[in-house]
Amino acid sequence: MSLLDYFRTTKPSSASIAKERLQILVAHERSSKTQPSYLPQLQKELLEVIRKYVNVEQDAISVNFEQDDDQEILELNIVLPDEHDKVS
Amino acid sequence: MARIIVVTSGKGGVGKTTTSAAIAMGLAKKGHKTAVIDFDVGLRNLDLVMGCERRVVYDLVNVINGEAALNQALIRDKRCNQLYILPASQTRDKEALTIEGVGKVLEELAKEFKYVVCDSPAGIEKGATLAMYFADDAFVVTNPEVSSVRDSDRMLGILASKSKRAENNEEPIKEYLLLTRYSPDRVKLGEMLSVEDVQEILSLHLLGVIPESKSVLNASNSGIPVILDEKSDAGQAYDDVVARYLGEDRPHRFIDEEKKGLFGKLFRSK
Ligand SMILES: Nc1ncnc2c1ncn2[C@@H]1O[C@H](COP(=O)(O)OP(=O)(O)OP(=O)(O)O)[C@@H](O)[C@H]1O
Ligand SMILES: [Mg+2]
Repeated sequence: MSLLDYFRTTKPSSASIAKERLQILVAHERSSKTQPSYLPQLQKELLEVIRKYVNVEQDAISVNFEQDDDQEILELNIVLPDEHDKVS
Repeated sequence: MARIIVVTSGKGGVGKTTTSAAIAMGLAKKGHKTAVIDFDVGLRNLDLVMGCERRVVYDLVNVINGEAALNQALIRDKRCNQLYILPASQTRDKEALTIEGVGKVLEELAKEFKYVVCDSPAGIEKGATLAMYFADDAFVVTNPEVSSVRDSDRMLGILASKSKRAENNEEPIKEYLLLTRYSPDRVKLGEMLSVEDVQEILSLHLLGVIPESKSVLNASNSGIPVILDEKSDAGQAYDDVVARYLGEDRPHRFIDEEKKGLFGKLFRSK
């Protein structure tokens, strides 16, 4: 193995970094195109309801919509704070 | 019935006009009556690349506005009598192109021509969306580079939703990938996205890879579509593209590094 090959295998090439970034970005942009338009509003209202009981951060809720060939999945993810400090 | 081909990309300067000129000439040389339209209203360039800039009298907008008949505006190519060019207007009026106007021009062209090639401007504004609206096939011109790949993906979204075929629930536009300005040696060094990388991300049918080539600038300098430079790599690559589009099965070329001479080999030996 030449010295050049050695460097090639250890350091990720700029092309492979580009590819990885694009794969993530393109997947994200494609999915946001197909997701229903009510999603942002749903997220906002959910946040309001949850905040009545638990003190969560603005970004503690993520709502994801995925579409397979035969099903649609609405995924709701809420990150609760460490000590479940309830709003009395 | 004619087939309408849009050459599109989103990003500017990736080789749409070079490609439009080459494939229009290629189709015409194979005996198919072909028209190539410049949709880049305000910045016409196709006439220069085709070498007919001094013969422009009327343009696309004149035809749409009824100021000239279609056959007055069409310029017949001097090298191939099956090829006609419809130049873009240089008006700065963004509203000059209308969907009805473009539709009528294309309908009229479709009666006489086998292929109509639409050279799209960059961006996602009116000229670009109108160039693709009536298309049957789309050649998505992409450079192996992050912004170009991302923009191509955006164009695919628009092709799938904002075309006549989409709106009428017809069979969708056939999309083909054309990877241009490709440098195999830079890909080998890991500096440039490879054909496989781009295909994996966009998952499109690959129509061809056009290498980065000095012959392209030489050709546009002299107003000759590069496909007529049969000795050049880019010219041959475009010739393959046209043949594949017409259904011929040709192996892909210009994807691997050029064979180096003895000196190159010694230099690279391990
Ligand atoms: N395969 C290639 N090798 C080398 N240079 C190329 C190649 N393809 C295109 N070019 C050069 O890139 C530049 C832009 O090409 P071209 O005008 O075809 O792009 P475009 O996509 O039509 O641009 P615009 O978005 O402005 O309409 C030109 O200078 C052209 O000579
Ligand atoms: Mg152009």
